[in-house]
Amino acid sequence: MSTRIATHGRLIDRTRRLTFTFNGQDLHGHPGDTLASALLANDRMLVGRSFKYHRPRGIVASGAEEPNALVNLGTGPAFEPNQRTTTTELFDRLQATSQNHWPSLDFDIGAVNTWFSRFLPAGFYYKTFLRPRAFWKHVYEPIIRQSAGLGQVPRERDCDTYEHFNVTTDIVVIGGGIAGLLAARSAAASGARVLVLEQTAHWGGRAPVDGGAVDGQPVGSYIDTLLKQLRAMANVTLRPRCMGAGVYDHGYVLGYERRTDHAPEASGPRHRLWRIRARHVIAATGAIERPLAFAGNDVPGVMLASAMRDYLVDYGVLAGRRVVLATNNDDAYRTAIAMKQAGADVLRILDARDSGGGALMQEARALGIRIDCGRAIGKITGGKRVKKVQICAQNGTGGALEAVACDAVAMSGGWSPVVHLWSHCGGKLIWDDRAALFRPDPDRPPFGADGTGFVSTAGAAHGDLALSAIVRQAHSAGNNAAQAAGYKTKSATAPEAETTREAPLLPVWLMPANANVALRSKAWLDYQNDVKVSDVRLAAREGYESVEHTKRYTTLGMATDQGKLSNINGLATLADALGAAIPAVGTTTFRPPYTPISFGAIAGEARREIFQPLRRTPMHHWHDTHGAVWEPVGHWRRPYTYPRSGESVQDAVAREIRNTRQAVGLLDASTLGKLIVKGPDAGRFLDMLYTNMMSNLKPGRCRYGLMCSENGFLMDDGVVARIDDQTFLCHTTSGGADHIHAHMEEWLQTEWWGWQVYVANATEQYAQIAVVGPKARKLLEKLGGMDLSPDTLPFMAWADGHLGGIKARVYRISFSGELSYEIAVPASQGLALWSALIEAGREFGVMPYGTEALHVMRAEKGFIMIGDETDGTVIPQDLGLNWAISKKKDDYLGKRAQQRAHMTDPDRWKLVGLETTDGSVLPDGAYAVAEGVNANGQRNTQGRVTSTYHSPTLERGIAMGLVLHGPDRMGEVLEFPGTDDKIYHAKIVDPVFYDKEGEKQNV
Amino acid sequence: MLILHCPCCGVYADETELAPGGEAHLTRHGPGSSDEAFTSYLFARKNPRGVHFERWRHAHGCGKWFHAARDTATLEVFGTYSAQTTEPPKAIRDAIAKRRPGWTWRGIA
Amino acid sequence: MSEPVSALNHAAFDGLVEIEECGLQGMIILRGDLSARAVRSAATGATGAKMPGPREVQTNGAKALCWMSPDELLILCDYSFVAQAIEGMNKALNGVHALAVDMSDARTMFRLTGAAARDVMAKLTPADVSPQALQPGQIRRSRLAQVSAAFWLEDDMTFRVVCFRSVARYTFDLLCTAARPGSDVDYFNAPAAP
Repeated sequence: MSTRIATHGRLIDRTRRLTFTFNGQDLHGHPGDTLASALLANDRMLVGRSFKYHRPRGIVASGAEEPNALVNLGTGPAFEPNQRTTTTELFDRLQATSQNHWPSLDFDIGAVNTWFSRFLPAGFYYKTFLRPRAFWKHVYEPIIRQSAGLGQVPRERDCDTYEHFNVTTDIVVIGGGIAGLLAARSAAASGARVLVLEQTAHWGGRAPVDGGAVDGQPVGSYIDTLLKQLRAMANVTLRPRCMGAGVYDHGYVLGYERRTDHAPEASGPRHRLWRIRARHVIAATGAIERPLAFAGNDVPGVMLASAMRDYLVDYGVLAGRRVVLATNNDDAYRTAIAMKQAGADVLRILDARDSGGGALMQEARALGIRIDCGRAIGKITGGKRVKKVQICAQNGTGGALEAVACDAVAMSGGWSPVVHLWSHCGGKLIWDDRAALFRPDPDRPPFGADGTGFVSTAGAAHGDLALSAIVRQAHSAGNNAAQAAGYKTKSATAPEAETTREAPLLPVWLMPANANVALRSKAWLDYQNDVKVSDVRLAAREGYESVEHTKRYTTLGMATDQGKLSNINGLATLADALGAAIPAVGTTTFRPPYTPISFGAIAGEARREIFQPLRRTPMHHWHDTHGAVWEPVGHWRRPYTYPRSGESVQDAVAREIRNTRQAVGLLDASTLGKLIVKGPDAGRFLDMLYTNMMSNLKPGRCRYGLMCSENGFLMDDGVVARIDDQTFLCHTTSGGADHIHAHMEEWLQTEWWGWQVYVANATEQYAQIAVVGPKARKLLEKLGGMDLSPDTLPFMAWADGHLGGIKARVYRISFSGELSYEIAVPASQGLALWSALIEAGREFGVMPYGTEALHVMRAEKGFIMIGDETDGTVIPQDLGLNWAISKKKDDYLGKRAQQRAHMTDPDRWKLVGLETTDGSVLPDGAYAVAEGVNANGQRNTQGRVTSTYHSPTLERGIAMGLVLHGPDRMGEVLEFPGTDDKIYHAKIVDPVFYDKEGEKQNV
Repeated sequence: MLILHCPCCGVYADETELAPGGEAHLTRHGPGSSDEAFTSYLFARKNPRGVHFERWRHAHGCGKWFHAARDTATLEVFGTYSAQTTEPPKAIRDAIAKRRPGWTWRGIA
Repeated sequence: MSEPVSALNHAAFDGLVEIEECGLQGMIILRGDLSARAVRSAATGATGAKMPGPREVQTNGAKALCWMSPDELLILCDYSFVAQAIEGMNKALNGVHALAVDMSDARTMFRLTGAAARDVMAKLTPADVSPQALQPGQIRRSRLAQVSAAFWLEDDMTFRVVCFRSVARYTFDLLCTAARPGSDVDYFNAPAAP
């Protein structure tokens, strides 16, 4: 059984006791514990079930590589699934529940899968659910979805907050172990700014657990000194609980800071995503111990030798009283020695090497530990915890030589440097045959903007596992990084650590080496996705040679741990099965993030009110308090209509239209783009941008214009006012202002840079209000200040003046067909003018109207709308706008494109009006069908609806559409099948439905 | 995350401040041009693995367009320069030659 | 006659830093050849401030010249002085190709004050706001979360931020969120080591 002992526990505070629950049961731990150490202290060896076979699982590791011990944390809006107990710091009242079982952790129905495991081999899903195809969606997918997944999906909105933080610095050191700290010190000595990220709450990494001395000091106190030095340096920042999550192009690094996971009551954001731009990155990310592949290596109580040592030294937790240890290297002896000294019975060390280890072996033997060389674990017996170890010869097939009863097993298959951050951006690896590990190849680093390597590694991540090598290499890695970042290194002597003589490791990818199939099919490689040695071998037999294919076929390394623990075991197994060398098989791609990071951290502050920018006009608040229903137009919110109490949206729109046509309406048109174009070449420039002539527009006058892209397609429209000889004001659509401004700048800066033109986007300088309807002039005259008579201000003219005491520019333009003025005033007085118009307009029956009324009224007049009649494939000629295309100009943007054969094709669909024969409203986007069917058996088409509304003015449905030879087919009736199975009949008519002569706007 | 030096305002701008503008140094063909020339101007774009010339706009910054010469495979940046030019300046061409001897791009070397 | 009102009418927030919408602020965009004598003297004449170099802000009391791009200055002055300033500049620019436009109402200005001002800004902008890259008197145009903004330091604890008026509320909410009590980063204003 696992238990807390009275000694050890350098990270815990025994003076305080914390209470937490696991599956509803109260348990106790101490500050400094991880959830994993606290569970072990309470003899909770069984903590979860595996993904596929629902095998009982316990804690294997002590860090980020843990594959098994994932739990649901928290409840309600703080609920989060798939949290690793090994990286979860314990806090008071923590609530955890285990995952992946039903009805309970101890008794799980799904565990029957383990009996059928013969029928769930590699590629099971691909093989089983292949046929029949018709079952994919409605039979197989629901089954797979039901049985897949680890934790549950949170049901409530996350109650926490998150944020980003941007840092530009010289050097980022990822990892705060002894290597990271040493590298940081030598780098910072040069004066470079250094940011050190450490994923845990503690500095020093595993060095204090592994022991040793640096410069004559015990490594623990050496690290304390080092930290003191670093904290005193103004150019060094140390951030604990902040994981280096990913390394990206040009020195971009993501740090994932878990601010309050360990203290949920604390204020401020839970996670903070550090977005770091660094000149150089040092990955001092350490190494991860590999498990050994033997039958039953997943039974609770079997754990990594290093983890067993961590739990003892760091948390005072003895993972077992009677321990067997299996290893292929010397490091595991440290665990045996520590366990023995802490009072555990170390029953046996099974060293796969025939000649055993070096100095550490001697030390273990001197403590009275029995060491069997050339021996292996044949099999573990026990279900929910380890009961017995069957011992066999490593070189055999698994025949048991003896059995030893025990309650914990430590295993060590060697170490894998954490090369993830080196590799994220393309750093290459080399296979170190002697140490049996992939290490970074310093000659093939990730390349930065200047073409030189911008990532280096320090310490164990570099492939150096001995303390003496680590401290020397880390010190120089810091110096080199400073140089790479453009600093001069201050020479300081490298620290020295004493060396322990170690015997070489023996690569062991299967234990015993010739294990039979029954053993192989219980020897786990990927614990979380339940991939065994037998699965990888099967994949190889079935022809999977590429490691990337094998990964996807077997799901090896595809779980939330991304194979941190044992991917190397998996690809060594594949190499072995293929008879290939390990480096020839290679590794799968390392992709960020290093461990999963929260969606909240990625979203940062962008939630709720500030999920995206909302653009508000100066009258926004008035609209809001007067019941506006909003329509998004780009990031703007515009009133769609203003329903009165009890009024439907449809009725409100109809009322607004009738009132505008009969009395007077107000529209907030502030969102319209207003671009000021000035210079000696302004006229020439606008002639190039618009299809029609602008240079001959007279000051004081307005002209409607069309803008096309160089492709010839209509992209924007609006009224241009000439302010003076050199100055024009171009109105754009609401959604187009920024785009058209950029379009103008692009042509001025990149094509016609010699032309003397300046553009300024004055869109938001003005609030613009359309005063529309037969009583519009009366209303404005009541405000007073300007002569707005038809002679002084005729249709398509503008004038400056004051209205009601507010400086205003009045454009007499109309998008509704009514007498209409658009009044631009400084934005800071927009609300004042609006309120004044509402007040003064009461006697004329003034009402505000929204964008839907605007749309209907323009359609009644046959005016096109960018985005309705146009969709990026429509040219002005399609819309009967030839009158707005100058024939006199040699060139304008789009002219050449409009001469291409496809553009001049007489069969292009052309704009017409459409009237249903029964007065109903045509469905939006409906197609007019033609005789016959196309190659796909679908009806041929001859046109489509682009705008369709109920017109309250005409009391019938009206529409516009593009129809083959439409203008030549007036009066013809077309069929429009709807998605409601009805067929609509509509007659081709002139697109101008209302006031065809245009008399109303010109009074 | 690309970081490019904006030659117009002098800052090192993060990709999220920039807007891409596709291939640089296109020659505009307007009315009077052949179908072939016009089609090539409008649609035919190089997409090389290696040395490439691109247009970028410092959209959230000074608003100016500039050109960048970079390697599309390694993301090495050889230099950024004014958009008011019809071909890469000599300093840029030399910088590329130093790093990628023998490079060519649309007949430029 | 009605009094003009700025977008947020002096809205304020007190958190890691003090945030305040500055109310009506005169802002003029001057586009022109910044090396041309007429353009330079129009700008300096309107403000009494020195001509700024690239990414500089030159102030003279309540007036200032901000370098926005190689052919653009932002001129700051009292809101009530704008028309007079533009008129004066147009006179000085007579015959010279340039554009002076009143943008006072198109934009909104905020002031952030406090020791954590750099930390708060760094939560929102990808621009380098470290003392090595941004000193009082230097201006940076970049983005704050999803919108464009220009900002500069008045002194080591005071940022001025200018954004478009339509997103004044969004920007204010962003700044307040970034300055929420309890969200200290202590990066740029790290407490001295004990």
